[in-house]
Amino acid sequence: MLEVDLSSGATKVVDLRRDLYRKFLGGRGLGSWILWERIGERWSSIDALSPENPLVILTGPLTGYIAGVRLAVTGKSPQSGGTVGSTIASEVGLELKTSGYDGVVITGRSKDPVYLFIHDDKVEIRDASKMWGKGIRETHKLILRDVLPELRKTSRYGEPKEPAMIYIGPAGENLTRIAAIEGKYAHAAAYGSYGTVMGSKNLKAVVVKGSGPLPPVYDLPKLKELIYKAIELVPKKAPRLRIWGTGQGPWRYGRDLSSIPVRNWQEEYWEKDTYSQYDLEVYDWVKRYWADYGCPLCCMKVTVLHRGSETVITDAPDYELLAYEGSNLGIYDVRDIAYLIWCGEELGFDMINAGNVLGFTAELFEKGILTKDDIGFEVRWGDVESFVRLLKLIANKEGIGKILAEGTYRAALKIAEMKGLRAEEVLKYAVQAKGIAIGAHGVRSGLDYPPISYVSSVQGGDHQSVAMLPLDAPPIVNEVWASLADSAVICQFNVLGGLDFIFDALRAVTGWNITKDEWVNETARRILTLQRILLLLGGPDVYWDPRIHDDNPPRFYEPLPSGPKKGQAPKKEDIEKLKRDYYAALGWDEYGIPTVETVRKLGLTGVERAVAEIRRRLGIQ
Amino acid sequence: MGVILPIWIFREYDRCSGCRYCEVACALRHEGIIWPEASRIRVFEYVPGITIPILCAQCTDYPCVNACPTKALYVDESTGAVKVDEGKCIKCGKCVEACPGRIPKVLPQKDSVLICDLCGGDPECVKVCKALGFNALILVDKWPGSHYKLYARGAEEITKDYVKKLYKVDPEEVM
Repeated sequence: MLEVDLSSGATKVVDLRRDLYRKFLGGRGLGSWILWERIGERWSSIDALSPENPLVILTGPLTGYIAGVRLAVTGKSPQSGGTVGSTIASEVGLELKTSGYDGVVITGRSKDPVYLFIHDDKVEIRDASKMWGKGIRETHKLILRDVLPELRKTSRYGEPKEPAMIYIGPAGENLTRIAAIEGKYAHAAAYGSYGTVMGSKNLKAVVVKGSGPLPPVYDLPKLKELIYKAIELVPKKAPRLRIWGTGQGPWRYGRDLSSIPVRNWQEEYWEKDTYSQYDLEVYDWVKRYWADYGCPLCCMKVTVLHRGSETVITDAPDYELLAYEGSNLGIYDVRDIAYLIWCGEELGFDMINAGNVLGFTAELFEKGILTKDDIGFEVRWGDVESFVRLLKLIANKEGIGKILAEGTYRAALKIAEMKGLRAEEVLKYAVQAKGIAIGAHGVRSGLDYPPISYVSSVQGGDHQSVAMLPLDAPPIVNEVWASLADSAVICQFNVLGGLDFIFDALRAVTGWNITKDEWVNETARRILTLQRILLLLGGPDVYWDPRIHDDNPPRFYEPLPSGPKKGQAPKKEDIEKLKRDYYAALGWDEYGIPTVETVRKLGLTGVERAVAEIRRRLGIQ
Repeated sequence: MGVILPIWIFREYDRCSGCRYCEVACALRHEGIIWPEASRIRVFEYVPGITIPILCAQCTDYPCVNACPTKALYVDESTGAVKVDEGKCIKCGKCVEACPGRIPKVLPQKDSVLICDLCGGDPECVKVCKALGFNALILVDKWPGSHYKLYARGAEEITKDYVKKLYKVDPEEVM
């Protein structure tokens, strides 16, 4: 593990206790434990934007060996106050390993804008003043120009490849709470807003290039067999993803499953307005295949749009962004949607959370809670330019942007205060859970996501990690299996190749006799329990009370006004019962607070005092 | 009775997804482990979305072979590939300098230069690329001609061409 302290500039390499890898695997799980060890004692009092919040960048045992390279980033989340195992498809995961590291823990805060450059055993903290303030495309270019000559200096070694990079844009630099960490223009670790944590450390980018092999594995012939098997297996199990990406989503989740956000979730079904990947295919895709290292699936394509003097270059928008920057905002022309997405990506926004904020704002304007005076201009559904303007205001925290930059939950509270309204009167328009926007999969129709998905999940509105019963329901999005992909650190889509395939790979790489049962009954519970505790410790500006906040947003109890499931919505009593069943299954009490026995049984040594602290704060003894 | 031609790997850059399974397959075959930098085929992505596989182009005038001071490099007559006599290579880098695209690779961890040997006639990279359905690397007969050298251009040059062709922007904007 590489440790970098940006306050002092000191770097060192440490070895983690081996048993931690077996207990937590890597990525999301291990990251949460590293955070507990370092700041668990004072968790509630540490601000996510302070130098004391460590930024933990981790690989996992499978990273780089099989199936879609990925990188996990975590820390105390500026959104939820807990931890999110936020992952990004990035070769930084691969290059950290070829440089000889499992991960990097970054502490402190740099006085001036810097970026971290790791090249085998050389670690440099470099000046980033010329990249600071720049959008993503410019940032990528400037870093490339800065680093390539360095890599080329060893001239007789042949042409060096580009370094792997992750970076932030102005949204992170200016400390909005909806900032992603991006890479290769269009990839992002978004949920959790760790771009903000990087920004708070004046850290513009992490750039890595290694020259070594990946560490040796336990059973190489078996791993090789699985790498070759994945070629057939994974695309066969998920054929739509290669052909359409998740861009076929608007038709599937909008028309067929009636669960897509429409105008800030006021509806979840559209009829006459149509948009889809077909339009992208016909107008905008310029390159058919765009994959990440080692990925047999390849779910992305390249989109290029020329719009006036600007050129949009991004991936073929995925379902989430087609929904959040599309029907959620009343925009139905895919070229407009791609443009809006790109504007936000360039600024370094998490486009799910940003889309959520934009929709929230548009509805507040529609309902007259926010006026033209408050915003400076009108914000109407379908008006792309007003949303672009809003994104810029938010990125720079100007005017109303200053409040909206806090994310939907905190913005709702501030707007209520500003307007002399009760909090609930504005929160009823906020579709979020635990400070994190809910992904574009609704629960009202009952056809898409199950009713307690976002109610009891440890990562709030993260649609890729939801609460589901039974605990071992098939992957990929339920928390138990999501935490596997996020801790082994591989792309979740590759888990569609089958759990057996993943566990075979884990055994081949590590030599451990790790099984599905062990995962469901021990490791996943351990990780989720720890994350739940950190979430409930929360603070310092926002705390969650499970009796109030373990719930669907108010909107999800409003009956669907249209579509095949018109009139439908979950019932509060059902939610309460399912919640309790979920807690019981995980060994938590009726409030969803992990019990001391569960904490002990899972080997979370020392975490019992956090349970006591949580119960004290909530007045539950 | 016809002449048996050497083989050559045709690169269809537009079809390359950047999955780098070719790198994985090559390193597994030659080094027995996943080792991106030691792969004899390397996929460059200077500009996101523009993925260019670079490997030895087996130029018909073999400038690298001619530049080698210890005669460590020679041509395999049956495949047309450049082969390295590991005992003779001194990692001087002259072959890298002679190559129009600086394609051969000298790694500190290895004892001799790394150059694609076409896997003796059945290249692994071509097989995985086909199995994955991308078909960006296609095995063809190496008909006579000097144009193979065009594929030995450096990744930076080729990327610039694709930036203009696919993205239709000035390469200065992205590189």
